[in-house]
Amino acid sequence: MIRELSLSDFLYIIYAAKWTILISLISFTFGGITGFFICLFRISKIKIIRIFSQIYIGIFQGTPLLLQLFVIFFGLNIFGIDTDAWTATLVTFTLFTSAFLGEIWRGCINSIPVQQWESSKSLGLNYFDQLKFIILPQAFKISIPPTVGFMVLTIKSTSLASLIGFTEIIRAAWHINNATYKPMIVWIFVAILYFIICFPLTKYSRYLEQKLHVSYSRNSKNQSSTMF
Amino acid sequence: MELRYNFHFETVWRELDRLLLASLTTIELSVVSFFFGTILSILFALCLRTNKNIFNLIIFLYIEIIRNTPFLAQIFLLYFGFASIGIRFDANFAAALSLSIYFAGYGTEIIRAGIDSIDKHQFEAGLSLGMTKYSIFFKILLFQGIRNIYPALSSQFILLLLTTSIASVISVEELTGEANLFQSETFRSFEIYFVVAGFYLILSSFFKIIFKLFWYYYFTKQGKII
Repeated sequence: MIRELSLSDFLYIIYAAKWTILISLISFTFGGITGFFICLFRISKIKIIRIFSQIYIGIFQGTPLLLQLFVIFFGLNIFGIDTDAWTATLVTFTLFTSAFLGEIWRGCINSIPVQQWESSKSLGLNYFDQLKFIILPQAFKISIPPTVGFMVLTIKSTSLASLIGFTEIIRAAWHINNATYKPMIVWIFVAILYFIICFPLTKYSRYLEQKLHVSYSRNSKNQSSTMF
Repeated sequence: MELRYNFHFETVWRELDRLLLASLTTIELSVVSFFFGTILSILFALCLRTNKNIFNLIIFLYIEIIRNTPFLAQIFLLYFGFASIGIRFDANFAAALSLSIYFAGYGTEIIRAGIDSIDKHQFEAGLSLGMTKYSIFFKILLFQGIRNIYPALSSQFILLLLTTSIASVISVEELTGEANLFQSETFRSFEIYFVVAGFYLILSSFFKIIFKLFWYYYFTKQGKII
């Protein structure tokens, strides 16, 4: 029996957006903490640690997130950890975001001029003090726009968790779609919902980027923006 | 924590040719969508260069919509949504179409950035040589622009290659789709997905090398950037 699409169906999907946001926030927090260490490993002076983090990042950037979800969902059970969709999603997204954030933040740290390292060293700071007082505060400022930008990617990627049975927007939309059979309306509504969540973040990231690069973009008048 | 599980990788090994064949579909899908996606992005970047505000508005809207919604929602909308109003696509075609549209959303921004990075004087020099605006765009600005954003474009291709795995949800039999079928026959889920993840890792590394080689032969002369 196919029923009509009603307001409560839309509310059901909106209610499920809670889980999308929650899983993004939690995995982003854990991923950020892990990613910070990955980033430090990545710029470490010890070669073996550097190679380890490089391989870690390479694996997570070189395989699809969907496959990572499947491998962890089916793999954790093998090691005796009782895996439900929540655990698997959380673990996967933590690992995924940590690899990407590690690489993003490494780029930010590398963009700090090498003279900053040298001059702080000549002032007698050790490696960790250099990082803590000189490098990281400067890198932090540069890292905010790409981090916010990556957060949009994380929110969009959580849609994949629906395929291992985690109930968020997409899965809730499937429930409604199967009950009412109005795919056009349901999926457009889902797209709008994601757009409402992601668009402010995208805008904010772009705003931060412009604020940061205002000093660099003085010479951009040189280019012709329209030609035809 | 003890391991009470016997790995059976030989199940996968026996049917490896199936996965190899499916990875060809993955390559085909990503290359085709890359090709059409890039053509679309170049056209859109050209449109963004015009003075027609209505074009610019539509393309900006398109870019924002594609970039701020998940690919999963896009492919569902294209495959199931359009089927419900009578426009039916074949699964492979729907996957390639939605991947091209998805890629163009990112590609337009990249190519536009590349063209913007070219000095205005190049355009004026082209005009003074008597070239038409279109041939300036395609022969001068586009070539140099693509050279400037080549690394971004190639990493976008790698992302596209990984995104093709999502096409399995509309029953396209590429690598992930084949893995889904295979695991429902044998129940060796972990082994299969593990091996297939390895396949993707190999594929993405392979294409990274291809892009490096292409860069070396096409954009540089004896190792020197033209």
